[in-house]
Amino acid sequence: MQEKVLMKGNEAIAEAAILAGCRHYFGYPITPQTEVAAYMSKKMPKIGGTFLQAESEIAAINMVYGVASTGKRVMTSSSSPGIALKAEGISYLAGADLPALILNVQRGGPGLGGIQPSQADYYFATRGPGHGDFHVLVLAPASVQEMADLTAKAFALAEKYRMPAMLLADGTMGQMMEPVALPDPVDLNGEAPEWATTGTKMQRKHNIANSLYLSPAELERTNIERFERYAKIEEEEPMWEEFMMEDADICIVSCGITARVSRNAIVEARKQGIKVGMIRPITLWPFPKKPLAAAAEKVKSFLCVELNMGQMKEDVELAIRCKKPVDLCFRVGGMIPSPDEVLAAIKNAAEKEA
Amino acid sequence: MAVVMDKPHALLDVARHYCPGCTHGIVHRLVAEAIDALGIEGRTIGVAPVGCSVLAYDYFACDMIEAAHGRAPAVATGVKRSLPENIVFSYQGDGDLASIGLCETVSTACRGENITVIFINNAIYGMTGGQMAPTSLVGQVTQTSPYGRNPETQGYPIRISELLATLDAPQYIERVAVNNVKNVRAAKKAIEKAFRNQVEGKGFSFIEVLSSCPTNWGMTPQKALEWIDEAMIPQYPLGVFRDKEAGK
Amino acid sequence: MREFESIIAGFGGQGLLFSGKVLAYAGLTEGRELSWLPSYGPEMRGGTANCHVILSDSPVGSPIVMKPNVLMVMNLPSLEKFENDVVTGGMIFVDSTLIDKKVARDDVKVFYVPATRLAQEMGAPALANMILLGKLVAETECIEWASLEKGLKKVIPARKADMFDLNMKALEVGKSYCG
Repeated sequence: MQEKVLMKGNEAIAEAAILAGCRHYFGYPITPQTEVAAYMSKKMPKIGGTFLQAESEIAAINMVYGVASTGKRVMTSSSSPGIALKAEGISYLAGADLPALILNVQRGGPGLGGIQPSQADYYFATRGPGHGDFHVLVLAPASVQEMADLTAKAFALAEKYRMPAMLLADGTMGQMMEPVALPDPVDLNGEAPEWATTGTKMQRKHNIANSLYLSPAELERTNIERFERYAKIEEEEPMWEEFMMEDADICIVSCGITARVSRNAIVEARKQGIKVGMIRPITLWPFPKKPLAAAAEKVKSFLCVELNMGQMKEDVELAIRCKKPVDLCFRVGGMIPSPDEVLAAIKNAAEKEA
Repeated sequence: MAVVMDKPHALLDVARHYCPGCTHGIVHRLVAEAIDALGIEGRTIGVAPVGCSVLAYDYFACDMIEAAHGRAPAVATGVKRSLPENIVFSYQGDGDLASIGLCETVSTACRGENITVIFINNAIYGMTGGQMAPTSLVGQVTQTSPYGRNPETQGYPIRISELLATLDAPQYIERVAVNNVKNVRAAKKAIEKAFRNQVEGKGFSFIEVLSSCPTNWGMTPQKALEWIDEAMIPQYPLGVFRDKEAGK
Repeated sequence: MREFESIIAGFGGQGLLFSGKVLAYAGLTEGRELSWLPSYGPEMRGGTANCHVILSDSPVGSPIVMKPNVLMVMNLPSLEKFENDVVTGGMIFVDSTLIDKKVARDDVKVFYVPATRLAQEMGAPALANMILLGKLVAETECIEWASLEKGLKKVIPARKADMFDLNMKALEVGKSYCG
């Protein structure tokens, strides 16, 4: 860990990616994540890396696909409408079993939507952002420190499981500054993985990065094998944080900026004698089902706090097999609930169960 | 006995799926011969398109990547930026390169990426069964222009080599054909030069190859080769549109 | 003031985000928990730019300041927008050269500083923000004065050393202003 510095979330991600050994960045300007591209454009040329402002989001993700094929760490970043354009390339990365990092600093939608913070891409990210049957790893930072830490983590997980990873942040996380201790630089050994297309050197059979299988039987096999890998990930990789859950009657489930707002509301509710805690999913896929199922045995109800119309609520209901009621406190369109609004929702839940 | 002709090393000895009379095979061979001649197979990475040559990744002996439809130049850009010492080429058809991937084509050329692009122009979508291509000729009957391509509603054929020649960055742009021995010889020379340029670090080289599609044109292979002379070359004249080496 | 939750607001270009950054960096040198959150994009309401700065002794929850205990404003729309959000007992710092209006509330402490005029008098019209900030830090004691100097050093690039001296001077002018 390095000495604490003040950084915007977007800049922390960019620097953390570089420290994690990423030397290739491809992007296209879109609010509210353009600081990532600006940071990379300044830094990459100085360290022998690539910054390329692509002609489109589609081109950017396909450049990512090209670098990923060669076995090197590579990333792109965008915001919701741009991520929709990248969906094609993300599906191809998943189909060709290639690791890469995609940052989505979410803004409100649908369509052109707005530019203020949102969590409206929850379904899009967690259900496999693209055509076909696949998942990407989805990590949701709730502080600038996590923006940095989860960037390194995402690269490592993506490589471990040979699949794309998405950091799902929002405009607030990207724009805010907080003290952050950047991770130490990772020394990658520079050896390309055996599957990488780096040239045969006339010493081996050719490698092919590919997602096309014209034989249904073979395509079925690759799908099933991929889902066996996914099952292992769902077993071993969920990350979450618990806050004041020891004696909680109400369990808030929230990620990113709304988890921060909820924290304030929980502290206030506790002062008023309401036993409320929070399980904050850090990985959205794999979703932390186990701690939620365990909580369902103890708490009286759940309360999802989200910047969408209740997308994560479905995952919570699935995780707890609808054993307990799940309420929803939401704002959308770039609006963020105040701690008072969340507190009111907590009180409402407390009254219902009383 | 002296061997006067052999299969290029860079082309694998596997059965290929192309229709009888299709000239993809000739172009594959010319690309492989160029790779052999320059001794670059071990460091070459090819990018295959979506289209008739989608399975090209199984045919070339070098490392290969299968790209999404139209995105091969972007993928090739990523590979080249990652491995600048390697040789990177894309092999694309007219729907891939001149329609859905036009933005990537123009932008990659505009950046002057030091890669080699082989563009197969046969004026039709072959793999999907013969629909109108951006390069289909005026009046050409296809599955989606059953009354012949009507410029009033379907526009005019696009001349990609001429279009790219308006850009500053490209090093070399030439249109060739593979419909007779003389033209094949010229095509071989052009393709080899397009690869040599990259080896020498000269920048973006682009070869448009007028190619035949007897199946979807509804012609015999022989007639299809003649049609290139009669109908295609008048619309798509052969020649060098850019060669910085020659001051053009 | 150890639990400091502020909104710093005015027109874009008045250096308000910069003032907030100086505060945040000063907090960093003290090892405080903190956050700095700017408004971004074309501002939708009232043509204002603002930032939210929180300094605390415990981890910061929401970085969004809904109930500031300190408000610093450099234009009328910002005063009108945020005046009523300030908690009882809070403090409001007003650039009285640019804002004629008086704060109507009597449950908050208001400091009227003719920051823009003072900045012009010291020959640095762009530093009204720092004059107002100097007053804010002096009155709220949200950070040590010495930390402010350290914070400023981190925000102003070394190649602009002369700017550092001028900014420090502006902070001092604000600190010693009695109105």
